[in-house]
Amino acid sequence: MPMIKPVLSLSNITKTFGRVLANDQVSLDLFPGEIVALLGENGAGKTTLMSILFGHYLADQGEILVRGKALAQGSPRAALSAGVGMVHQHFTLAGNMSVLDNVILGTEPLWGLKTRRRKACKKLEGLMKQFGLKVDPHAQVSALSVGEQQRVEILKVLYRDASILILDEPTAVLTPQEADHLFATLNQLVKGGLSIIFITHKMREVMAASHRCVVLRQGRVVHETPTRDTSPEDLARHMVGQEVEKKARQKLIPGNEVLSLKNISLSGTAGKTGLEHLDLDLRGSEILGIAGVSGNGQSLLADIICGMTLPDKGDILVHGSPMAGPSPGAMVRAGLGRVPDDRTSTGLIADMNLMENMASETYKKMPFSRFGLLNFKAMEKETATRVKHFDVRCPGLNTVVRNLSGGNMQKLILARELSGKPGIILANQPTWGLDVGATAYVHDRLLEAAQNGAGVILISEDLDELFLVADRIQVMSQGHLSPAMDIDDVDREALGLIMAGQGETHAH
Amino acid sequence: MRIEPRENQSLGRLILALFLAVAAALSVCSLLILWSGASPVQGWLLMVKGALGSKFAISETLTRATPLIFTGLAAAVAFKAKLWNIGGEGQFYLGACMAILLGTDTGLSAWALIPWLFVAGALAGGLFLLVPTLLKTHMNVDEVVTTLLLNFVVLLFVNWLVFGPWKDPMSMGWPQSAPVVDAAALPVLLAKTRLHLGFVLGVGAAVLVWLFMERTVWGFEIRAVGHNPNASRFAGMPVNAVIVRTALISGGLAAMAGVSELLGVKGYLTTDLSPGFGYTGIVVAMLAALHPLGVVASALFVAMIYIGADSMSRAINISNYIADVTTAVSLLAVLCALFFTKYRIRRG
Amino acid sequence: MDILQLFLETGFWVAMVRMATPLIFGTLGELICERAGVVNLGIEGIMAAGCMGGWMWVFLGGSLWGGIVFAACIGIAFGMLHSLFAVYLGLSQHVSGLGLTMLGSSLSAFVFRMLLPKATTPPKIVPFAPLDLPVLSHIPFLGEVVFSQTALTLLAFAMVIIVAYILFKTPLGLALRMVGENPMAVEAQGLSVLGLRTAAVCAGSAMMAVGGAFLTLSAFDAYYIGMVNGRGWICIALVVFSSWKPYKALLGCLLFAAFDAVQMRVQQQAGMAIPYQLYLALPYIFSIIALIIMSRKAAYPKALLIPFRKGER
Repeated sequence: MPMIKPVLSLSNITKTFGRVLANDQVSLDLFPGEIVALLGENGAGKTTLMSILFGHYLADQGEILVRGKALAQGSPRAALSAGVGMVHQHFTLAGNMSVLDNVILGTEPLWGLKTRRRKACKKLEGLMKQFGLKVDPHAQVSALSVGEQQRVEILKVLYRDASILILDEPTAVLTPQEADHLFATLNQLVKGGLSIIFITHKMREVMAASHRCVVLRQGRVVHETPTRDTSPEDLARHMVGQEVEKKARQKLIPGNEVLSLKNISLSGTAGKTGLEHLDLDLRGSEILGIAGVSGNGQSLLADIICGMTLPDKGDILVHGSPMAGPSPGAMVRAGLGRVPDDRTSTGLIADMNLMENMASETYKKMPFSRFGLLNFKAMEKETATRVKHFDVRCPGLNTVVRNLSGGNMQKLILARELSGKPGIILANQPTWGLDVGATAYVHDRLLEAAQNGAGVILISEDLDELFLVADRIQVMSQGHLSPAMDIDDVDREALGLIMAGQGETHAH
Repeated sequence: MRIEPRENQSLGRLILALFLAVAAALSVCSLLILWSGASPVQGWLLMVKGALGSKFAISETLTRATPLIFTGLAAAVAFKAKLWNIGGEGQFYLGACMAILLGTDTGLSAWALIPWLFVAGALAGGLFLLVPTLLKTHMNVDEVVTTLLLNFVVLLFVNWLVFGPWKDPMSMGWPQSAPVVDAAALPVLLAKTRLHLGFVLGVGAAVLVWLFMERTVWGFEIRAVGHNPNASRFAGMPVNAVIVRTALISGGLAAMAGVSELLGVKGYLTTDLSPGFGYTGIVVAMLAALHPLGVVASALFVAMIYIGADSMSRAINISNYIADVTTAVSLLAVLCALFFTKYRIRRG
Repeated sequence: MDILQLFLETGFWVAMVRMATPLIFGTLGELICERAGVVNLGIEGIMAAGCMGGWMWVFLGGSLWGGIVFAACIGIAFGMLHSLFAVYLGLSQHVSGLGLTMLGSSLSAFVFRMLLPKATTPPKIVPFAPLDLPVLSHIPFLGEVVFSQTALTLLAFAMVIIVAYILFKTPLGLALRMVGENPMAVEAQGLSVLGLRTAAVCAGSAMMAVGGAFLTLSAFDAYYIGMVNGRGWICIALVVFSSWKPYKALLGCLLFAAFDAVQMRVQQQAGMAIPYQLYLALPYIFSIIALIIMSRKAAYPKALLIPFRKGER
């Protein structure tokens, strides 16, 4: 084999955040015309590594070579001018501006007298044609679908004539079919001379799209192999560090209907998807999964069930009786346990301590307060019990929750929401961003609640998760909710079609 | 360079930071004293002497601190809820107006009249702050600008009152209102000084506000809403109602400063009843890191600077505006210092 | 009194344009800051500092334009302070701005008193003279209303055009607007968020200070303490009124000044029937009403008030 020089080589990258070792002596080479999958569970250090490459962070140690030349660290500008482009997991687009504005930002000298829009537009349209990435250059970004926005992000990189493309969890926001389309695009880009690294935690994607894969675990490279020589099971073992066992779980006999949404409609604001005629029936002792690609109305649905948003039309029935004026407080009083998708800004008050967060829903009741006065002793005792029961690791109950890890924050929310033994539970993407251990913990608790008779709605973008724990499944697509299907009666492909709005349930 | 949140926040570090901030502010202002030709050491000694050098000096400092405690509390409570009430000055004057309105022509005894004037003044201030607050909660109007602009409106209103309908015919042409009845005057605490009951009321108010904020469910709601209104709403708290309640308390406290100052010091209304107590209250609250009991301490500190600067400016050739400069610099220094209690700067 | 009559007088329009000038500078300055995502509540103090500093420069023997440049430098200094606190450290923009207002107001009063301790009546300087441009100043009406003002007024109008051009037609303007919408996007494209914000805050503060200097170097010939008198706050209201657009800001300033000029004239003619304090209060009330009308649908720059810290999401 002739010596091919890598276009990009990271050597011995080490990075710590406080006491956490995020990257430990990581080395990685990318060869020309190659697609490398960087695989690892959440918190394994994938994004940190790529952020160091792109200059968002400064490594404590290590060296980055692009085409044999050392890359100045800590500067996105240096990375860009060396031909490294990155598509972030959270898009870095300004919604109020046009596609063209977003693409040309920073590509011309700042002190230029005039932006050369026409020339830029021509170049952009050329790229679109070349790689089959169609978007209206003059459209406002906020009016685009998520898939289109991702195309804009890729175009941003191509427009800068980058030769190395990094994608961070690019499929998180796509349907399985859209993801396949993305992989086709990546192949085309590679033919056009690019080299690509994409970050993922899904084995399926590694197998489908990469030439080679590198597995990170706890900040270290633990496995590196050509993709054709490996299997999903093998990768999973390396990723988690142990044999993953599939939980066998017994089917429960569903109970009475505990929560019903009847014909719920809500008009979307500012070009966002609304909800149209949703029907949903949740029974006790079951987990109802809501699948769908993000941005199809799941957050509105969650908001309605949490009492945060009032529907324009339709009824919400809790234990058979309609809710008169749904509000967050009313939903708490009606016995809903709600786990929101955003832990730090919705689920918890990040700048308050564990006790205060534990009391934040029921502070007006015994034992947290009496006659309007807070009872700190009872608060401490109650919090201590729950924290222990839910295995929340914290330096102390007086700790501000901002300092907890994501997994411990989620456990704290579960401790608050599930301690009252609610009959109805809404969990909106409860395992997002958690590592395998914490994910399994969340699943166990939800299954346990269902076993104890609660009805659980689990909104998730991760089909694997739903196949693992849900009893029935409904799919959200463009503000519509498909009828419920038994989990044993559906497969990934069928769900993918419904997610894309092309399934049989949308004959119209 | 990276800014990183600290994992633990200790009280010791907080106090040290505040101390350093004040020291930094004082040293900046030493430069101003140097500029005037005097030695800073001499200047600061003169200030300390002027503020604490005699029984009378101390009484003057305490008297000056009294309205600052109230306006400082007003700012502290509002800022805790992230309600940016910069209208303390206007609410102060409204409180004073209520005291004149109800306290000049009445036969009530002191026991009934003084509480009544405080309550009425507080109500007026609280309700007045309700206007910008409701505009904020219901119509998305930025309360910073509205409360600021309303200060000017109120001051012009007072100006009209003392030049027009409320002008005291006995005042020999000075623009001032008639005085309140004798029964309304706050008792003097120390003979031959101006120190009045208002100081005790202010300290009492600070303790009450502290207990309210830390111990009651309503205080808990205010703190929660201030930290994160979205999460508070999710948890079932009535966010808008909490903000409205906060406004009533904050406006009420600022107005009580006006009542106390009018009943305790002047007795009648003029347009210079407050040399910016409302604005200085913001500094007082920030110096105290919004802690109600800390407000008492920081009000005393700020009062010392003002009284001391007055005395220093008489002794050496320096403008007493140095007091305003010092408090402004302390505000900025404390802002920085509080930052370093919560964050650290790291390479990388 | 006949308000319609008033609109026929050229003198009224001249007064309007003159009174609008400091507001134009201040509003544009605040607009630049806010477009980049930073509210600058220091405006009132920065105007006060520019007002005193510019005047003092001239009083101590400097040239008029030197005074303007000096005021702008003072503005930049304050802008750097605000950037340090609100941009680099990411502290509360509200508190930092208020602190700077207190600092600017008190420091200018202090310096004035220190340099002129014995001044009982405010000493005077020779301010900018009205322009007498060939042709332009002799156009009927327009010549008198616009081209016979002082050079600073023309500069203010020019700044509107320049700021609008920079914001909407140049790469720098695109970057500035983007940094107020989504700083992450700017960072990801290799530009410095903190640098751009600092530049915007400094440039904006310089304009505010020049607006203040207009008061002492053009509108009037002396400085007195408290001269800015809330104009800074009014500028902040006008920025919201303008929906962060320079030409609308100009319109807002002119409208406001027209209103102010009308109230002054009516006040003179009405005598004592209506208290003059009411007229003086009207501009503030008008600002609040304008805020209320515009706030409902105000499209704030998305990242306004939100500090940016590298590597933090």
